[in-house]
Amino acid sequence: MSAKTLYDKLWEDHLVRSDEDGTGLIYIDRHLVHEVTSPQAFEGLRLSGRRPWRPDAAIATPDHNVPTSGRDQGIRDPIARIQVEALDRNCETFGIPEFGMNDVRQGIVHVIGPEQGLVLPGMTVVCGDSHTSTHGALGSLAFGIGTSEVEHVLATQCLIQKKSPTMRITIDGELGPGVTAKDLVLAIIGEIGTAGGTGHVIEYAGEVIRSLSMEGRMTVCNMTIEAGARAGLIGVDETTIDYVRGRPHAPAGELWERAEADWRRLHSDPGARFDREVRIDASRIVPQVTWGTSPEMVAPVDGRVPDPARESDPVRAEGMRRALAYMGLEPDTPIGEIPVDHVFIGSCTNARIEDLRAAAAVARGRRVAEGVRQALVVPGSGLVKRQAEAEGLDRIFIEAGFEWRDPGCSMCLAMNADRLAPGDRCASTSNRNFEGRQGKGGRTHLVSPAMAAAAAVTGRFTDVRELQEEA
Amino acid sequence: MDKFETFTGVVAPLDRANVDTDAIIPKQFLKSIKRTGFGPNLFDEWRYLDHGEPGMDNSRRPLNPDFVLNDPRYRDASILLARDNFGCGSSREHAPWALTDYGFRVVIAPSFADIFFNNSFKNGLLPIVLPSETVDRLFRMSSGEHALEMTVDLADQRLLPAGGEPIPFDVDPFRKHCLLEGLDDIGLTLQHEQEIRAYEARRREQAPWLFGSG
Ligand code: SF4
Repeated sequence: MSAKTLYDKLWEDHLVRSDEDGTGLIYIDRHLVHEVTSPQAFEGLRLSGRRPWRPDAAIATPDHNVPTSGRDQGIRDPIARIQVEALDRNCETFGIPEFGMNDVRQGIVHVIGPEQGLVLPGMTVVCGDSHTSTHGALGSLAFGIGTSEVEHVLATQCLIQKKSPTMRITIDGELGPGVTAKDLVLAIIGEIGTAGGTGHVIEYAGEVIRSLSMEGRMTVCNMTIEAGARAGLIGVDETTIDYVRGRPHAPAGELWERAEADWRRLHSDPGARFDREVRIDASRIVPQVTWGTSPEMVAPVDGRVPDPARESDPVRAEGMRRALAYMGLEPDTPIGEIPVDHVFIGSCTNARIEDLRAAAAVARGRRVAEGVRQALVVPGSGLVKRQAEAEGLDRIFIEAGFEWRDPGCSMCLAMNADRLAPGDRCASTSNRNFEGRQGKGGRTHLVSPAMAAAAAVTGRFTDVRELQEEA
Repeated sequence: MDKFETFTGVVAPLDRANVDTDAIIPKQFLKSIKRTGFGPNLFDEWRYLDHGEPGMDNSRRPLNPDFVLNDPRYRDASILLARDNFGCGSSREHAPWALTDYGFRVVIAPSFADIFFNNSFKNGLLPIVLPSETVDRLFRMSSGEHALEMTVDLADQRLLPAGGEPIPFDVDPFRKHCLLEGLDDIGLTLQHEQEIRAYEARRREQAPWLFGSG
């Protein structure tokens, strides 16, 4: 038998049938549902008189629209309220389990799935949301889908798919102190570009990936979508298994033994062939800061804003010029001289407990700088929030002048009240720096949680390693 | 999805190229949680003289008398005739939802944007590509004093304009089958219900932890 990639194994495990032209019907094990992309899918079921195939395979939670403060007073924005109420009602009608807005287990779908053990290695996982790629960190095949497909999965537990080409990114060497998974994935996107992985399933491999925690791996897989890929994957190892063990919905006892044995085959075989191979040397990666309006527009913190005049490709140069105009930046400005007035620590990329610990370690004993008007910390789930409070992280943030909020997507996409005003400049741990993403006219710089905290306490982008040496 | 049966309807000539999905259904209406109810806001910016927002009483809004759908001749149109590249722009599925909710069942144009074309079939709307000359001819026939009535026969793949020659058209055989049988993607997948059940039974043996509530 020939050597298989992890993707081959996951595909074969889930193939219900395939047509002559290679179109497959793929079985879906877990369907994550949130309030924004599901209402029309539920209405479709209703109009066609269909029922969910397996309601227990779905799990719903409101995250995109929920307020991050004053929840006891309900949701003030009428449109958000209608969407959240519609989700509650649809889940009740169709028997889908839901963590409602005031449940401690509520949070960003991509945080709560793994946290609850609702996402397990070897599963197929879908959600009407592009950052579903996050879950590939557990060795599951996970991707975002559209509203028609949400309905399709609800009604049939399957999806019609063609197999994607594969790409392996091997990261050799070692990450330096103060350099995180976020810096790594930003550097990867900077290197291969936002179209670098188009249509591919990317598997991450190499020593650096093996040494990352599950939180770090989720950060990397989360941003895989920003490289244009369909899904990100990381093979199962001890770190994966230790993470899953004991989670509320993980198997236990004899079933755990069987599951664990099965999961241990979830990695690419030696000699497996990929359609593309990329190698990255981690040792030269330093903390990263995006300067433009696409995640590939990224620079090392000790670097400078690039000059479009030095770009030979005229289309790229024009894109850079437009980005710099939007961002209000001059070519050749040292990254370390860009001041920030907002800081956002949150999102499905970086709102897990380890992210909050990293930010708190920098904030501890310091104060949010004068020019920073708002510094938000939005935990990824109610349980992350509770854990952080048990560790006293909330006190550290509050004493430093950060606002400590309730879980949700918040300023990652600014669908709720948390948003930038035109011209605001934000150091953000989220995943997209598109024009208007955090509010019309807002300027987003993507960074790691430690770098965001460093920007908060110094009022500009600062190499967090300098602060870590001081401490 | 309802079966697509032969029907006779009025043709509305929308003499524009590059009709984009934001023109078909402007973005302020996407906040809705429904996939029905978009019909009154179909072509909102062209159809009304004021600016439309969700929740307005559309029956009280000033109509643009120059817009084709407000012309009494085309009041009950169910066939839309347009120019090149119909449905370009964002991938919103709300565009076919709005057209079918209004009552359109067929759109005829010399070319369509790809995603719109695919989304249409998923929602029981038949997009028909005809040569520019034929489209020209239909524009002339439908713009006279009286509206043009036309029969759409999908099974035989032809249009029968009242008082004119039959016009044959092409359609992908698989998609034709789906429309005629009223099969959406979901209906199609459900034809494999037994295979899905068999897969589940097998999988439940191999990996029971995927099926327990844990
Ligand atoms: S946190 Fe941001 S990227 Fe993640 S699911 Fe929410 S809106 Fe999407």
